[in-house]
Amino acid sequence: MVFEKIREIIAEQTGKDAEEITLETSVKDDLDADSLDLFQIINDIEDEFDVSIEDPESIVTVKDAVDFVESHK
Amino acid sequence: MLKGKTAVVTGAAKGIGKAIALAFAEQGCNIVLNYRSSVAEETIREIEAKGVKCLPVQGDVSDFAFASDMMKQVKKEFGSIDILVNNAGITRDMLLMRMKEEEFDSVIDTNLKGTFNMIRHASSIMLKQRSGVIINMASVVGVTGNAGQANYAASKAGIIGLTKSVAKELAQRGITCNAIAPGFVETDMTAVLTDEQKEKMMEVIPLKRYGQVEDIARAAVFFAENTYITGQVLNVDGGMVM
Repeated sequence: MVFEKIREIIAEQTGKDAEEITLETSVKDDLDADSLDLFQIINDIEDEFDVSIEDPESIVTVKDAVDFVESHK
Repeated sequence: MLKGKTAVVTGAAKGIGKAIALAFAEQGCNIVLNYRSSVAEETIREIEAKGVKCLPVQGDVSDFAFASDMMKQVKKEFGSIDILVNNAGITRDMLLMRMKEEEFDSVIDTNLKGTFNMIRHASSIMLKQRSGVIINMASVVGVTGNAGQANYAASKAGIIGLTKSVAKELAQRGITCNAIAPGFVETDMTAVLTDEQKEKMMEVIPLKRYGQVEDIARAAVFFAENTYITGQVLNVDGGMVM
């Protein structure tokens, strides 16, 4: 559930197909996201799950984001 | 060209803010009219009479949480934020040696932090839209300084730095950010000055007349219509500062 929602957020922001995005996907390297895309994705994840990501640099892959949300819910 | 767009104007109950709200309404924009204490029913009716919607939102721009709530409300109500005019501002004039901490802080909080708060929360919506126009109200004293206005001039100089930084950060998504630096404009804010102070002002205005709120409003519309301009400070001051 968390993964599907995060995948949706990333797909919307980067304009990619959700199917392209897996847990191993690196948002920056695999999806050509720039720094504004990354911060928007972080903001949207924070709003969606009501969490606070203090260290956005720690989120590299989709799995990092999913793990963060699941451990802070 | 601006018809149907959403324009948010802070501090829009009177003075320059009200004139800007009316000018954008004239262009067919729906107006979000922010005010802190009260707004005349008549102002809202005057805007609606131009065939656009007007959403009055009461609140203090220096409140970070309020800024967030207001932008969410605007997005819900109108679906977009196309133009943001950060106009809300106050003065607490006093010579530096006698200026109280509270007088300095309150001016910085409303003028500078209030501008930041609004941009901070509007920008995430504008970034998603990949468009937006941000117009900040600076002042010529933010460029020149002014005895008795250390707090106000500092806040306005801060707004200029903020404007240029935001312009650089958001340009890659097609969002522009500019500042207007009014000179002496006849409003409630300048009505408190003595005749002597006003005469002194007139001496340094080459065009030999005080600015009117409509002069500033026209500059705001100009920035909304010219989206190839960003990071600029436009002096609207009768030639006071060149």
